[in-house]
Amino acid sequence: MRKFDTKVQHLKYKVLREVARAAFSDTLAQSLPDIPKTIAPGPEATMRCCVYKERAIIGERIKLAMGGNPQNPNVIEVLDIACDECPVSGWQVSEACRGCIAHRCEEACPRGAISFDKHQHAHIDKEKCIECGRCASVCPYSAIIDHKRPCQKACKIKAIHINEHSAAEIDNQSCVSCGACVYQCPFGAIVDKSFILDAIQLLRESQNNTRYKVYAVVAPSISSQFSYAKLGQVVSGIKALGFYTVVEAALGADLVAYSEARELAEKGFLTSSCCPAFVRYIETAFPAMAQHISHNPSPMAAIAEAIKKTDTEAKVVFIGPCTAKKQERLRPGVRELVDCVLTFEELQALFDGKEIDITSLPLDVLDNASYYGRIFARSGGLSDAVAQALKEQGIEDFHANPIVCDGIEACRAALLRASKNMLPNNFIEGMACSGGCIGGAGCLTHGEKNKNEVDSYGHEAMEKSIGDAISIFEHAFDA
Amino acid sequence: MNISVCVGSSCHLRGSYAIIELMKSSLERYGLNDKVNLGAAFCLGKCTEGVSIRFDDEIVSGVSEQNFDEVFKTHVLTPLGL
Repeated sequence: MRKFDTKVQHLKYKVLREVARAAFSDTLAQSLPDIPKTIAPGPEATMRCCVYKERAIIGERIKLAMGGNPQNPNVIEVLDIACDECPVSGWQVSEACRGCIAHRCEEACPRGAISFDKHQHAHIDKEKCIECGRCASVCPYSAIIDHKRPCQKACKIKAIHINEHSAAEIDNQSCVSCGACVYQCPFGAIVDKSFILDAIQLLRESQNNTRYKVYAVVAPSISSQFSYAKLGQVVSGIKALGFYTVVEAALGADLVAYSEARELAEKGFLTSSCCPAFVRYIETAFPAMAQHISHNPSPMAAIAEAIKKTDTEAKVVFIGPCTAKKQERLRPGVRELVDCVLTFEELQALFDGKEIDITSLPLDVLDNASYYGRIFARSGGLSDAVAQALKEQGIEDFHANPIVCDGIEACRAALLRASKNMLPNNFIEGMACSGGCIGGAGCLTHGEKNKNEVDSYGHEAMEKSIGDAISIFEHAFDA
Repeated sequence: MNISVCVGSSCHLRGSYAIIELMKSSLERYGLNDKVNLGAAFCLGKCTEGVSIRFDDEIVSGVSEQNFDEVFKTHVLTPLGL
């Protein structure tokens, strides 16, 4: 049974679980000092130079698990003492260089930065090198290696730099909170703030959903997660945590697809608004393009709004794969609708913090949305849904020509072309994570099969058309 | 009168959308659209009993296409004096 991709995720989970356990039993204040020792019992160090450093870092992780630094507007934070200050030397010729006589690296280098010693061993002149990596791509021995920090490599929009203490530092102005660095840092030194304590408090103060009801909204990518249990058991588990009911965010996606299709036909050019990291990227890196961002709310906000229309006292907790959703929740217009955002990692920690073994629970059901709403979870799904919504609404004089941008680099390329009027497409589907939401940093696992899981979950939906799924809301949504 | 039909997962799978259609057409037939607010609810807490409907403060569950007319008569027409 594999719950996580990496040991770093597992460590983060253990901290979240212990904090959740203490919060559920209302002993947080007493338990806090003991948590580092519970997780790093010693006497041998297993992760760092000594057990005391391990415990000190766990202490920092506990802060993040409890909401992090309130002075920092970004939901992604660097744990300075956990940052291992990896080497940052850039492209280097390694020992694997055989001193061949072809010198493809020299030919490929656009700046003449490569020279050879008397053994034909290549050297890179760092003054001339522009870090393009072309030499590495042509080396027959793969001998040229990029010693870039994994966090910087993960951050395709270059929002991470190295500060004077050689630790990673996030530029909050350009960071889109996608969490790529969180997932990629091999030391777990970059972490998303957790709001599990807010969720536990919401649940507790609802007094078993009598004072108000707490609705869990789950993202469709949940179908690719918790693979050790059945989805119906995950739903039962969420209710066992104390949630009143579980609603699919995919129904919000159905609502969005329907009205986004109309907006697209009206305006003739649009960029999607589902992925908060993509939206933020446009706002910060391509401000002139911001006017083209769809005015539709994200599926999370749309379904939260629908829930609050049916129940004005409702509290909504979104559970998904996404760290950027935590940032989105802080935006005006969204914070009134969504009361808390959790990730799948955190949901697992809540289950175990409350000793809920979901594999022993009966199967509950989850069915609110259509096939199209559900496939929003993977790259290309949104474009399929918008095309379907155009068809269902009989909009035939407009032809959607989407470009599906899988990952923030593809988004950047499309936005760059669009900003110069060089993009032949009229709809940019932007997903910051590779593969779409199933590649989100808050996922327990990231795998090749996840896309298939989402598709088969889509096919299980009772409603095959978007119009059927949202028929009840038609009036409410038009208003 | 406020009527909310449950569209939570369990009721949805038991046919709540068909019930909504029946409700819409019945309200239409009796000309009650201005007297009744029809809405949805995401759960009425009776998940195992079939489609649930809240008529003001009363929750009626186990509604199906078969018994809909009777439920409509008892919980809508009669209270409205029709």
